Amino acid sequence: MDILFQANAFIVALALYAGAALLSLFAGWQLRDGGKVANRVAHFGACVASLLLLVFSIGVFLDGEGKMLSFASPFPDISFAFRIDGLSAFFLGLIGGIAALASWFGVAYQKHFIGKYDLGMFGFFYNAFLLGMVLAVSANQALFFLFSWELMSLASYFLVIFDREDSRNIRAGFLYLLMTQLGTVFIAIALFLAYKATGSFDFDVWRATGLASLSPVWQGVLFGSVLIGFGTKAGIIPLHIWLPEAHPAAPSHVSALMSGVMIKTAIFMIIRFFFDFFPGAPLEWGLVILVLGAVSSLLGVLYALSEHDIKRLLAYHSVENIGIILLGVGAALVFAGYGLQDFFVFALVAALFHTANHAIFKSLLFLTSGVVVGVTGTRNMEAYGGLIRVLPYSAFFFLIGSMAISAFPPFNGFASEWLVFQSLFVGVAASSLLVKMIFLASIASLSFTGGLAMACFAKAFGITFLGRRREEHLSERAPEKERMNWLVHLPMIILATLTLVLGIGAPFVVSFLVGIVASLVFGTGGETLAFPYLQFMGMSENFAGILPVHGTAVALAVFVAVIGAVIGWLTRKRRITLAPTWDCGMPLSSKMQITATSFSRSLVVIFRGILRPTKQTDVEYRDAETRYFTSVHSVKTDFFDVYRSYVFRPIAQALGYFSDRVKKIQSGNVNAYMFYVFMTLILLLIFTTR
Amino acid sequence: MDILFFALQVIAVPAVSPLLIGIIRKFKALMQNRVGADVWQPYRDLRKLFQKDEIISDEASWVTRYFPYLIFAITVLLGAAVPLVSSLSPELVVGEWGVFSLAPVSDFIIIVYLFALTTFLLVLIGMDQGSAFGGFGSSREMMVSALAEGGLFFALFAVSIATQTGNVMEMVSSGMYELPLLALLPLLIAFMGFFLVLLAENARFPFDNPATHLELTMIHEAMILDLSGKRLALMEWAAANKLMIFVALGANLFFPIGVSTTVGFGWESVYALPVFGAKVLVFALMIALLESLMAKFRLFRLPDVLFTSFILSVIAIGIYVGAYV
Repeated sequence: MDILFQANAFIVALALYAGAALLSLFAGWQLRDGGKVANRVAHFGACVASLLLLVFSIGVFLDGEGKMLSFASPFPDISFAFRIDGLSAFFLGLIGGIAALASWFGVAYQKHFIGKYDLGMFGFFYNAFLLGMVLAVSANQALFFLFSWELMSLASYFLVIFDREDSRNIRAGFLYLLMTQLGTVFIAIALFLAYKATGSFDFDVWRATGLASLSPVWQGVLFGSVLIGFGTKAGIIPLHIWLPEAHPAAPSHVSALMSGVMIKTAIFMIIRFFFDFFPGAPLEWGLVILVLGAVSSLLGVLYALSEHDIKRLLAYHSVENIGIILLGVGAALVFAGYGLQDFFVFALVAALFHTANHAIFKSLLFLTSGVVVGVTGTRNMEAYGGLIRVLPYSAFFFLIGSMAISAFPPFNGFASEWLVFQSLFVGVAASSLLVKMIFLASIASLSFTGGLAMACFAKAFGITFLGRRREEHLSERAPEKERMNWLVHLPMIILATLTLVLGIGAPFVVSFLVGIVASLVFGTGGETLAFPYLQFMGMSENFAGILPVHGTAVALAVFVAVIGAVIGWLTRKRRITLAPTWDCGMPLSSKMQITATSFSRSLVVIFRGILRPTKQTDVEYRDAETRYFTSVHSVKTDFFDVYRSYVFRPIAQALGYFSDRVKKIQSGNVNAYMFYVFMTLILLLIFTTR
Repeated sequence: MDILFFALQVIAVPAVSPLLIGIIRKFKALMQNRVGADVWQPYRDLRKLFQKDEIISDEASWVTRYFPYLIFAITVLLGAAVPLVSSLSPELVVGEWGVFSLAPVSDFIIIVYLFALTTFLLVLIGMDQGSAFGGFGSSREMMVSALAEGGLFFALFAVSIATQTGNVMEMVSSGMYELPLLALLPLLIAFMGFFLVLLAENARFPFDNPATHLELTMIHEAMILDLSGKRLALMEWAAANKLMIFVALGANLFFPIGVSTTVGFGWESVYALPVFGAKVLVFALMIALLESLMAKFRLFRLPDVLFTSFILSVIAIGIYVGAYV
């Protein structure tokens, strides 16, 4: 057993990912079975590797000591250096856990693609994607990190365009590729600026040297680039535009991984840059992050509310939850600026806790919505309805996920949101009026986010699973009632249990996370990487003692059980008659129910200043001259995309304009080109001999 | 003695809440020059409903079957966790296992989110039968509730800042009255915000008409239209509990006079009971007066009221934060 906890386990897991990738590619290429074997190899391979990773990261915590590994590379300036400290191990565990469950689910989910697409290729990119994520959170060298980051991004691009017969997916994939490359540009700027400041690509050197040699302006550029570069991947508004396109396009278990884990690697790097590599960023950066978080959480949930594509709705909720995580990160940065050590740890713990919680319930929601999409063949919620009778298990798990993400006690979403609230409360007592107001605005944003998220998931669950079937044609291919299938339901059971366990066991999680954050912030250096748990035990007890979650959970369980039993027993003799729903004596059709669009319509109208709903009405008349009798009356509602129109289109136009101007130097005359070459050479000579 | 005290605190709200509904109805009847049913009528209604067999829609799932119990249980739990006559959290020593305390539930964020949970479950019940009315009731309820949550949160947050605690029981016993009079004024502003939320969350004028069954206008009644028998009774009772809890919060958090801080049935409790009763009567009168004097608002004017409630609380907090903290 001990061998599992050693660094070898980590290497073996990496090798397993690579092996599964190549083997699945080979199987898809050689075997003529439509990809059956390749599918199994890819997913079970990934599942085993991820489990190993999970065990390894647990081992790191049990050991209480991080791991450092390094391998020489044939390339200059790159070394394959790994550093698995508390923060890395936490994210590795998260990736391992979610990836193991998603891969397990993927075996059954990908079956309907057998024979349609090349599943060997899918398996290759799937494992490459997982490998990229694992490397990105464990790399300890800038260029190696950049390579891992690109591996993750590019592999996930191929997963997004996997279902390539739908042209929308191709477009979504292209947008994703564009945005992620834009992000990489800024990340590269940040990495090279750090190199300029420290003279090394080694993260350990960065930690030791710091940014002192960089002027404040360049420091600002560095931190700004970090925020833009990683913010693009995290999906911070207004850099989120790729997220609601790309996440739904991928197969559901990949969506779960992208939403649940991949965007968290960006949070991981933001925490690394601001708290680990170069701590002591000015307090204003914390305020910027707070504002970004507040805007992302409120707008994210508003956009989610206006969606009726179930996977886009979930994708927008990722934007919202990233916003909530950023509220914690921003608060932590502000407290660090004020030198409030305890509160700083507290806020960062809240952010990390929410990171883990979001990974859990968002994967749960994406997996269950995958089942729904598989059964109905559409992502449009207007076609759903009454699915609770067809999919009783999935409905139950979706409900659990909805309650967790809407932050209802005693689920995990509430525990971490409660912590974020508490850390924001602290900021209200700050000395500067500006800081106070920003914290107050963040609290307001978070409290409204809670209410709107509840509305959104009442809609998502109610429209999808309750009432009657809306589209009658779907009943022809009426799926038989869902049966318990371990391949499909085991991951859901585990995830649903985790939402409850992490909610009730929040005090334990908090003290565990305090250890991680303490080791990160007050770490003992690269050699030992030990977690100074004991030193901060008192601190964690203070935090855990005030959490009201587990007490509420116990009280809730007792009250529901006792009251339910008493009333149930007292009224046990009452009979129940089943009868059709009453509708003023009229026959009730499924079209008479409320639709997803109209459910949220009143909230959309209230927030029309932000959401900008558009409406196109088309009327065709039977009698073109007199216009009394209409034959077709169509209404198309949509939303005006502010970000594309006001942010990205002007940038694209400016780029096009600039390119047009530059084009002029391309005359097509060879002599002119020779002249350019010659001039460049002269300039370079002057520059180098200067 | 302990267990008696605990049980009293737990059953206090469900025991009294139908009476509050009866009193409000009586006040309204008197103001409309009617005699009206006597104040005990809600109890008779509940007993009648509990004795009836029930009809459940054949479209309905386990949502309709089990959620009414859940909603009712949550309101009872919340009722036990808010200050009524005493500001001591109900505690029960359970042998060797320790103390079963309801103090955690008294955290104001927990209260806000547990209320939100009851709304969420109720909204799902409304959509479960696939009827034309339930869905619209759910949609409207969600609109009102989603916006009211911010107002409720901030109204309680204002008191929390003033008293430097997040626990509603401690807010009452924190000795707020030692604050200078000027410091109490922002609380009055926050109270106005709270009162608007009270009306919104409990489907009262100008948000909803609790007396009507006209499908086009109603919110709360539309969602429970297809329930009958004991499930309807549970929902009605839960709604009454919710009103009682809001009234108790309003009466004790913003006007913490005469709330007992000792265990048992000493003089302080004896004195606290009539004071609390008087405060609740004033609230009942206020609600009844409002419902007799004004009309229900158009649906899209409701957000203005809700944002007003939110802004009032923000102003109160702004004064505290700017001047005192």
